Amino acid sequence: MRAARTKSMRIITLLAAIVACAHFIPFYILLTTSLKAKGDYSSKWIFPADISFHNFSEAWERASLGNSFINTMIITGFSALLLIIFGSLAAYPLARRETKLNKAVFALLISIMIIPPLTSMVPLYRMVVDAGMVNTHAIAIFINTAAYMPLTVFLYSGFIRSTIPKELEEAARIDGAGMLKIFFTIVFPLLKPITATICIISCVFIWNDYQFAIFFLQDQKVQTLTVAMAGFFGENANNLHLVAAAALMAMLPMVVLFLALQKYFIAGLSSGAVKG
Amino acid sequence: MSEIARDVHVKQVKPKKQSSLWWMYIPALLSVLVFMIYPFVKGTLITFTNWNGFSQVYQWVGFAQYERLFSDPDTWHILKNTLLYGLGSTFFQNVVGLLYALLLNQSIKTKAVTRTIVYLPVMISPLIMGYIWYFFFSYDGGALNDLLGVFGISPINALASPSLNPWIIVMINTYQYVGIAMVVYLAGLQSIPKDYYEAAQMDGAKQGQQFFTITLPLLMPSITINMVINIIGGLKLFDVIIALTAGGPGNASQSMSTFMYDLYFKRQDAGYAATQGIFMAFVILIISFCALAYFKRKETEMS
Repeated sequence: MRAARTKSMRIITLLAAIVACAHFIPFYILLTTSLKAKGDYSSKWIFPADISFHNFSEAWERASLGNSFINTMIITGFSALLLIIFGSLAAYPLARRETKLNKAVFALLISIMIIPPLTSMVPLYRMVVDAGMVNTHAIAIFINTAAYMPLTVFLYSGFIRSTIPKELEEAARIDGAGMLKIFFTIVFPLLKPITATICIISCVFIWNDYQFAIFFLQDQKVQTLTVAMAGFFGENANNLHLVAAAALMAMLPMVVLFLALQKYFIAGLSSGAVKG
Repeated sequence: MSEIARDVHVKQVKPKKQSSLWWMYIPALLSVLVFMIYPFVKGTLITFTNWNGFSQVYQWVGFAQYERLFSDPDTWHILKNTLLYGLGSTFFQNVVGLLYALLLNQSIKTKAVTRTIVYLPVMISPLIMGYIWYFFFSYDGGALNDLLGVFGISPINALASPSLNPWIIVMINTYQYVGIAMVVYLAGLQSIPKDYYEAAQMDGAKQGQQFFTITLPLLMPSITINMVINIIGGLKLFDVIIALTAGGPGNASQSMSTFMYDLYFKRQDAGYAATQGIFMAFVILIISFCALAYFKRKETEMS
């Protein structure tokens, strides 16, 4: 009985190892491709005889990845900040004050979650052109903030309803503190776990965004990593080694963050996906 | 003592009429009104025009764009692709995700590493994921053809094949997001009490029987969640298609979202693009609503 059990355990371990290897193949191919010099047509499955990192420096320069990194960071950082401040602020009355108006606003926000933003891209693009805001960081920040606002409010209000005791705020109100002050000194610090989740979700989504960026950030000065990658791929379709090096560098920050904070990422993204 | 204190609070607070505190959600509501709701309403109006997306003049054409949409053979072909991306990847993500979860729910050493590797692609931009798979499938020096060459099989141009490439896109989307389905199923599996299985074992139920009488019914909430999020994600698919095939060859692998992009930017057909957009919102709404209703009913039936 015990022998049969260890044997089946071994098979299961082996199966898991096979799954891991199979899922690693694309990354392996990406790595070997990025390390090969131009004109090296050897099989993608083997590492080059002499490893060269030249592709990385060349891709970094020519795809202007440094600039794109900064743009992506600005857009992601500010969008996440706005989402957290205005999202938590909005969620509080919607979770706590069950007036008719608040119920209607909450229902409106939730119903928007179902409509994909892409479906209204045509009028949105025109609106942004008319406002003269194409190719600005601000428009990317605003649109990303708006796109993930319903989800943010939804997650925050669920958390407030289920975990923040009402007594807390009532005690503070007697002292005559203003609502804003109560919110930011008493309620907001208690929202830390859900704030971390929202931060992770919005950073991953907005960092990787291409659907909005391709419409609104086509100028090289403001382009994000995904737009830079798309352009670079178009120019270098015959030198995939270079594209592979650029792709590897573009995805590295998220991969490193993920490996470092894996537990939080999986919990956060899954709850975001579940509720989104 | 504390009870008395609470009583005092209640008395002091209750008499005040509850205020909506509406000013607290003004910024959030405003952002959504300006960037989501207004464009959506305006988009609906554009569908009744022949606007090209740039000029100041256009004409009202009534329902002509909708007539065009329903008589356009491309619409149905692209709808079919979109459904394949939405429902196909949902099917594979759930079957494979559940198998992975069952496998990694065992106490084995390789569990953590496997989970990390399966989940890793979720972090990566779907556009870059498309390029990574391009290295695998591309005709010239792609990894697949390198492998086929070893066995003496002549290279195939998978990405240019209209019958093959929609399935490749389904596979890549599955590969990228199967990690989320796996994690949701793992959480579901871990919430099933162990004594259910012990009781079943004492009744002499085989492992297969246990799966269908205990595991599957109790996983129904996880199944609902996975189905709905994967369907919505798959129906919206955009980046991977742009990266791999740009919707081609012709319109072979086009989805509704890439088609809309083409119509607007490449064909200056904004009125029609907006019509496709509204149609897409409608399709996503109906399908996700039906899926939700169906699986919710299943949940109550099985519990």
